[in-house]
Amino acid sequence: MFTPFLALTRKDLKLFFGSRRSLLMSIAAPIAIATFFGYIFGGSGSTEISRIPVLAVDQDGGAISREIVSRLTADKYLDVKPSGLEAARQAVRKGKATVAIVIPKDFGAEAGKALFNPTAPKPQVGMLYDPSQGSAMSMVQGMLTGDVMEAVSKEMFNGQTGAGMVKDTLGQLDQLAMPADQKKSLRELLQGVQGFNAATQAAPRQALRGGMTVPFQMRSEAVTSGIGVQYNGYAHAFGGMGIQFILFVGIDVGLGLLLQRQRGVWKRLRAAPLSRGVLLGSRATSAALTSMFILMTLFAFARLVFGVRIQGSMAGFLGVCAAFSLMTASWGLLIAALGKTPEATRGLSILTTLLMVMLGGSWVPTFVFPAWLQKLTVVVPTRWAMDGLDATTWRGLGFSAAALPIALLTGCALAFGALAVVRFRWEDDG
Amino acid sequence: MLEVRALRKSFGDIVAVDGVSLNAGKGETIGLLGPNGAGKTTTVSIIAGLLRPDSGEVLIDGRRLRGDTDPAKRNIGLVPQDIGLYPEISARENLHLFGALYGMDGPRRAHAVDAALDLVGLAERAKDKVSGFSGGMMRRLNLAAALLHNPQLLLLDEPTVGVDPQSRNAIFDNLETLKKRGKTLLYTTHYMEEAERLCDRMVIVDRGKVVADDTMQGLHRLLPVANLLTVELEDSHRDGLRPEELQILPGVQSVELRGVTLRIGMRDLADSSGILQWLTEHGHPFQHLASERASLETVFLNLTGRSLRD
Repeated sequence: MFTPFLALTRKDLKLFFGSRRSLLMSIAAPIAIATFFGYIFGGSGSTEISRIPVLAVDQDGGAISREIVSRLTADKYLDVKPSGLEAARQAVRKGKATVAIVIPKDFGAEAGKALFNPTAPKPQVGMLYDPSQGSAMSMVQGMLTGDVMEAVSKEMFNGQTGAGMVKDTLGQLDQLAMPADQKKSLRELLQGVQGFNAATQAAPRQALRGGMTVPFQMRSEAVTSGIGVQYNGYAHAFGGMGIQFILFVGIDVGLGLLLQRQRGVWKRLRAAPLSRGVLLGSRATSAALTSMFILMTLFAFARLVFGVRIQGSMAGFLGVCAAFSLMTASWGLLIAALGKTPEATRGLSILTTLLMVMLGGSWVPTFVFPAWLQKLTVVVPTRWAMDGLDATTWRGLGFSAAALPIALLTGCALAFGALAVVRFRWEDDG
Repeated sequence: MLEVRALRKSFGDIVAVDGVSLNAGKGETIGLLGPNGAGKTTTVSIIAGLLRPDSGEVLIDGRRLRGDTDPAKRNIGLVPQDIGLYPEISARENLHLFGALYGMDGPRRAHAVDAALDLVGLAERAKDKVSGFSGGMMRRLNLAAALLHNPQLLLLDEPTVGVDPQSRNAIFDNLETLKKRGKTLLYTTHYMEEAERLCDRMVIVDRGKVVADDTMQGLHRLLPVANLLTVELEDSHRDGLRPEELQILPGVQSVELRGVTLRIGMRDLADSSGILQWLTEHGHPFQHLASERASLETVFLNLTGRSLRD
């Protein structure tokens, strides 16, 4: 029994490794695509940040609006350029700019008055944005809010324009509809600001130039496998593409068996004194070995070229790879069992595979999916494979994080295999 | 060696094999003849254990095959109608693989592979990929792959389909060699001349049923005529010819006129001179004349009313 099993397994491996097309499709293609995805999803940590193109339409031209534009321009996440209103609108429409900020005429004066006078009309900052990039608009809006607050308050505390606006507000204070005690407190505050402004105007070099500032600083830290270890986007991309192309190996297994059935070779195999276990088991074994080889080769390439490391449990990583390879093999058998002809089965199996790949997070991580879809994808085996590979590669987690994916993938492999054996059509049509 | 009893197999509403019975003794070569769709391949598939019959049984050396792994399968070599080889690997690698399926290993397998390649005349091409072989070479290798485990019974399902006459002769030489070695051959075909050349006995099937099972001589005895005289008349002189007038001539058993072609069944061709003289004297000159001995084709036509190649 062992001699036929080994001979059949060896034959499948020989056919795979003897075919340039198979090797190209299983190794070179995933490397090329994973390299692309890895690069656009962060690369190995040293990639240049892609800045959001922003147009600034300054219709005011005052000290405050100039300060706002200056602050935005200094931000490392933004690429700010001045523009006219109509040109900005056209640029956003054509997708050449993501956001255009429109600072209207007299913005500075009105913003200064509105800062201390709750009843004063608030000027509007216009934002034209590309609707396909709503998240970029939100990000620019947040930055703009901080910059406007700082620019306006700085002018009120330090600038000549600000001094005039404080003076005007003080002059109008008696007309405000506000309780007397609050009016008294506001007058004292404005007089204090007036005094501060006068002092900094008199000695601008020595004085601390004040104003309201955002009362905190952001300190962000990418939580990776360890301190100082940068996130490597290639780890996820190579895992994802490995999974996709291994599933294609599964399709090849299924279609190969269906093709064999159409040819005399299947009759010859069935005429030999071989059990069904040997016939299907040898095919599953060779498919699992091929899949494991592809995954190992892809990660070896990623390690050598992009510095992808198995930061977590090596045993867990190998376990996930082995369990997914087994699942792929039994997936292939299931295709052969449920399909009737290669022609009729090819399209459906490719569609199913691509759905599994997409929902499993092989193309883009599942966290970008809507919440309901994230919950739904837990029934997709590729999701567990991706979670297991992410856990043991860039997340740097231990074997316990890989144990559940390994168990679920192995269970899936057994279920697919059992169903395939039950549903396999052993007899042909005569 | 082989005993097939009342096999029946249907696929949905189609009855492919309907009560087929046949026997093949040790060293005997049986021709299983019939047109496409007659049930030949289904019968062979059941004998080889690829299909389970709805009813009936197959006995190899007196016992039934029991399951996929029955060691008795080693007594059977199957040459499928389609080429049962892997084109991407060499001839030798193919044979090693098929030898291994029967548990053969080491020098025994290597020896069997060499012997099979020698028999079919492909030893010099052993290292070449099968994809580069001609159709005839593939057919010969297809035969070799069934011989590795030295089976006593060879099931040959139309092993010469689509090959050139030279390769067909080569395959026939191989089969005659195997016959001399005492192998039992069950040979399915719809080529009459192949069956006549090779087989000791013919089993003729049509629409899933056996319509005749006899030696060549026995089948000829079933025919009303042993010889056929075909006369092609000159087109302008066939008018007025009444076949029944020929029927009364000495030695004439049947007369059929189709267009300008006259087919006359005779017991003895020596009587043909009288017929030709009668045609000339009665104003029906002819331009072409042929005579033939009744063949299996004629037998089949006589038994089923249709041609083997229908």
